[in-house]
Amino acid sequence: MTQAEFLNIVTPFKDKVFRLAKRLLVSTEEAEDATQEILIKLWNNKKKIKQYNNIEAFSMTMTKNFCFDKLKSKQAQNLKIVHSNYQDHSVALQKQVELNDSIDWVGKIIESLPEQQKLVIQLRDIEQYDFNEIAKMLDMNETAVRVTLSRARKTIREQLTNTHNYGIK
Amino acid sequence: MVLNNIEKLLEKYDNGETTLKEEQQLKDYFSQETVASHLEMYKPMFSYFLENQKEQFTKHVPLKTKKVFNYKWLSVAAVAVLMVSIFFSKPFSSEETYSKEEQQLAFNQVKASLELVSKQFNKGVSQVGYLEVIEKAGTQVDYLKEMNDPMGRIFKN
Repeated sequence: MTQAEFLNIVTPFKDKVFRLAKRLLVSTEEAEDATQEILIKLWNNKKKIKQYNNIEAFSMTMTKNFCFDKLKSKQAQNLKIVHSNYQDHSVALQKQVELNDSIDWVGKIIESLPEQQKLVIQLRDIEQYDFNEIAKMLDMNETAVRVTLSRARKTIREQLTNTHNYGIK
Repeated sequence: MVLNNIEKLLEKYDNGETTLKEEQQLKDYFSQETVASHLEMYKPMFSYFLENQKEQFTKHVPLKTKKVFNYKWLSVAAVAVLMVSIFFSKPFSSEETYSKEEQQLAFNQVKASLELVSKQFNKGVSQVGYLEVIEKAGTQVDYLKEMNDPMGRIFKN
């Protein structure tokens, strides 16, 4: 397999891998490193790549496991870094500043969710995967995915409502 | 009418029962400028999702094509070197053969010296032959034992 062929396989989902890693690891740099690791692992095992029936789902599962390992590692426990990703949200800035502020709130709320809920929200609402795909990636059954998703969505909604109405009602 | 529909969808959405298509409808609705005021809190949620879809991975991934050195071949090479060295070292040891005449000569020499040794040995043996006389005398002295017998009887009495 040549590099070009490999890149053709990987390109459609490498952004998804990155976003999932970022959802779990928060820091952009960490997520970039994680994505790089995942892609290099895939490249090193390129001979076996044909055997996987769904490379994308396989990579997402790999990403999830890799990020969990990262979070559990000693390095992460000893050193608590507060990640502040300074970046230009120019897309959102087209809207009102107020709205942008509440968008940030959504990010913060999702960050405070349990890991499983974060994953499901990321895979469903942002990456728009089917329930059975998510179930396969996370090694859960579909009902459990739905329940987790519902809980996450409700938490986000409630907290947003609270912030939105803070001081008003 | 539309609002009614959206509200229904939102309820399904909160229970995790919407399909991807229905979720797309919701996202479309909430990306409008104005939404119903009582649904305002959903707006940032959906715009957050839409915004996050756009984030991309830009870092370069170094894909090495260089093969990692395989230590298996090291042992193969070692075995090959060993075989070659054995193959070349064997003829040197078998080359030190003697001709038939030399072998015969050596055999004769050994034979002669061994003969000499055995001759001298036999001579020695014949000189020691008189020791047999001592042995004969020894047997003749055996009758002294018989003397022990009457002496024992005497001491008993």
